[in-house]
Amino acid sequence: MSGGEITLGHYLALSGLLFIIGLAGVILRRSLLIVMMSLELLLNAANLALVAVGRFQGIPDPQVAVFFVITVAAAEVALGLAILVAIFRIKKTTAADQMDSLRF
Amino acid sequence: MGAGALLLRNPRAITKMEQIFFWILAAGLLVFATAVVTLRNPVTNAVCLVVALVFQAALFVTLEATFLAAVQVIVYAGAVMVLFLFVIMLLDVRVEARGPIQWPKVVGVGVVTLAAVAGIPKMVASFPASQTALHWGQGKVTGTARDLGMLLFTSYAPLFLATGVLLLVATVGVVVLCRRDPES
Repeated sequence: MSGGEITLGHYLALSGLLFIIGLAGVILRRSLLIVMMSLELLLNAANLALVAVGRFQGIPDPQVAVFFVITVAAAEVALGLAILVAIFRIKKTTAADQMDSLRF
Repeated sequence: MGAGALLLRNPRAITKMEQIFFWILAAGLLVFATAVVTLRNPVTNAVCLVVALVFQAALFVTLEATFLAAVQVIVYAGAVMVLFLFVIMLLDVRVEARGPIQWPKVVGVGVVTLAAVAGIPKMVASFPASQTALHWGQGKVTGTARDLGMLLFTSYAPLFLATGVLLLVATVGVVVLCRRDPES
């Protein structure tokens, strides 16, 4: 890293930190809405790592993978939010710790 | 020839600009991602997520993935976030009530975070290819719409079609999930 040039390692470290932040959100937050937003952060961290590796190694295919990840993420958000709305109609809450009907 | 073109011929100026852009965008992305995870008003979280996604799109531009940057803004910061804001509005979610703090979880996440912050630079450094630097305009990969389209419609065409089916199934699923029972 002569002269503080931006290397692949910088992007990978940034991606790792973003993943940790998102993971903390998924584990710590109770509101399912925020948990889903944190999931988006996780997917974005993976996307960033894919694009960075693809560019620095000279492979175009990871960008196609990111394209598919974005598509699947859109479908996932639509379905997840629909389930959330359906749960809210029954439980009147979005808190994950209130959803304990299957616990005994 | 403008001053910008002259500037872009100077390798030291390019290196400097790469550094400035990377550190500003990285700091912005991490700050707004932290805001998404920590703030308590869902609308604020959603808006912070939009800003974080736009920062990520800008990082895609610094990685010369221009088409993905556009898709990121249109699909993520546009469509997905509108979906989130609609659901927040539909559910009329207020500021989240403060529950009892789950100390085991908080301590566990704190330990993992500290270990990760200490360990990630070492882990990345041990990966030999991580030392590669590549200046703007020198990369072999250019993520324009043409390049991605060529890949998508040739070697990845079956996957592309499967994605269409997936989106159709997701749409049908959402309609089924959100339908109210006619009897009740």
